[in-house]
Amino acid sequence: MKLNLALAQINTKLGDVDANLAKHLDYIKQAKSQKSDLLVFPELSLTGYVLQDLVASVAHKPTEDDPVFKHLLKESHNLDLVVGFVDEDSRHRFYIASAYLSGGKVLHVHHKIYLPTYGLFDEGRFFAWGDSIRAFDTRFGRVGMLICEDFWHASPPYLLWLDGADIMIFSSASPGRGLNDKEKLESARWVERVTKAYASMFTSFVAHANRVGYEDGLHFWGGATLFDPNGEEIAIGPYNEEALTFAQMDLNQLRRTRARLPLLRDERTSLVQKELDRILSRG
Amino acid sequence: MVDLTLSINTDLAREILTGFIKSEVTRIGMSHAVVGLSGGLDSALSCVLAAEALGAENVLAVRMPYKASSKDSLDHAQLLIDQLGVQSKTVEITDMVQPLFKLDPDISKMRMGNIMARERMIVLFDQSEVFKGLVIGTSNKTEILLGYSTHYGDAASAMNPIGDLYKTQVRQLSYALNIPAPIIDKPPSADLWEGQTDESELGFTYEEVDKLLYLLVDQRYSPLEAMEVGFDEKFINAVMTRIRRNQFKRMQPPIAKISNRTIGYDFLYLRDWGT
Repeated sequence: MKLNLALAQINTKLGDVDANLAKHLDYIKQAKSQKSDLLVFPELSLTGYVLQDLVASVAHKPTEDDPVFKHLLKESHNLDLVVGFVDEDSRHRFYIASAYLSGGKVLHVHHKIYLPTYGLFDEGRFFAWGDSIRAFDTRFGRVGMLICEDFWHASPPYLLWLDGADIMIFSSASPGRGLNDKEKLESARWVERVTKAYASMFTSFVAHANRVGYEDGLHFWGGATLFDPNGEEIAIGPYNEEALTFAQMDLNQLRRTRARLPLLRDERTSLVQKELDRILSRG
Repeated sequence: MVDLTLSINTDLAREILTGFIKSEVTRIGMSHAVVGLSGGLDSALSCVLAAEALGAENVLAVRMPYKASSKDSLDHAQLLIDQLGVQSKTVEITDMVQPLFKLDPDISKMRMGNIMARERMIVLFDQSEVFKGLVIGTSNKTEILLGYSTHYGDAASAMNPIGDLYKTQVRQLSYALNIPAPIIDKPPSADLWEGQTDESELGFTYEEVDKLLYLLVDQRYSPLEAMEVGFDEKFINAVMTRIRRNQFKRMQPPIAKISNRTIGYDFLYLRDWGT
């Protein structure tokens, strides 16, 4: 089985959801014209990233009657979509979220569980922390979604793997930093290194969509990637410019890789649990 | 041992910094920029980046000599104007600042320098309105950290593409962008009075202080750790003091909080809000 993936690395207008929705619809049209099966947008693709006091005014609910999501759900009938937005729950807590839309329905919403609040980041000041890591079933198999800092920690991809995800979809709004004499920024090298490592260690597909553009002095570097279960790079988008990167996942590669390299079969989850229990109960 | 060459990928720096200028100018519906061109290296680099980002015809380089300014400064600025093909204008500030100097016969060189720097700021922001262009900053990371600038003078701008580059990195990028050699090779100077150079006034070279700043600021070394890699204690202390005492130049003035929502504390939006 083949999955035609499209990774959208877009610039966004800060706090202008209508303008960003129009750009989503434009990219959806392009992806459909290329017969894509799944289109992934970056973190907070509908809102922009450094929202600060704009958070409450750009929040939406991923429901059919929401003025933004009704358009996106309508478009999801023959193209699955992953979009980034601010999710407001019924008790008015605001989350950085990714929604997976398919067949006119919301299959899954992931709330970012690690909110970086250090250095240039201040997410914990403005957002609520997600507290669930779940894989979910799609027409292509079981999928897991994470947002940026979530995959700077090793445990969320690991848990998704154990929960059955064979396709991991990562989205970011990663500010470029660490310019030295190397070919790429430190932040880009770090993200590419770990996403490739997860694909290799978990013998899974790992797709990553990162935004581009500027917000004040911050610059987002793009460079969308797809790695296959061998940890091989299948596609990489350009840096620092908007692009729609197309890549095909040959899902049969999961079987071939795992027949050769049975890391999933041999993973000793009971041992992990036993040792975690011991470590966490030490007080 | 950490790499102290401070060497940067100049292609990547150029791409990010020109992208920044283009984004910040065009997102508010503008297309032009104004740069005060002193004849020195920092403003030359900002001007080159702006010309590349926006097109040379959309950049106005303004030369603003005082009667005691070195002729080299004017000539070097002209060299760059000719090389880039940017628009240019010369506005002499002598007649604007002298009436103020004359009010106090005891006026110090420092005060005169600050007045000239602020007069140039006035001219640039006035030309910003005439040319419908944003004023591009020309302060590098070394001078911002050391506070080696005039508050609301040369430090004032609408955006700064080079403020995260140390002076030695400004030099490296300037070589890569073909800035004329006389501008790169001459001793850095604010040219506020004859014979003034940055390094004699500061008491150390940019090469020395950039390495120390890189350790203290970028690499988060403690002063003790900086001593352990060979920096002199007195030098470290002098630099640390300068950084701390000049924090005010790097900030908006604090507003005394009395309400529930106060600008700067809990009224938080980026400048790029809505764009």
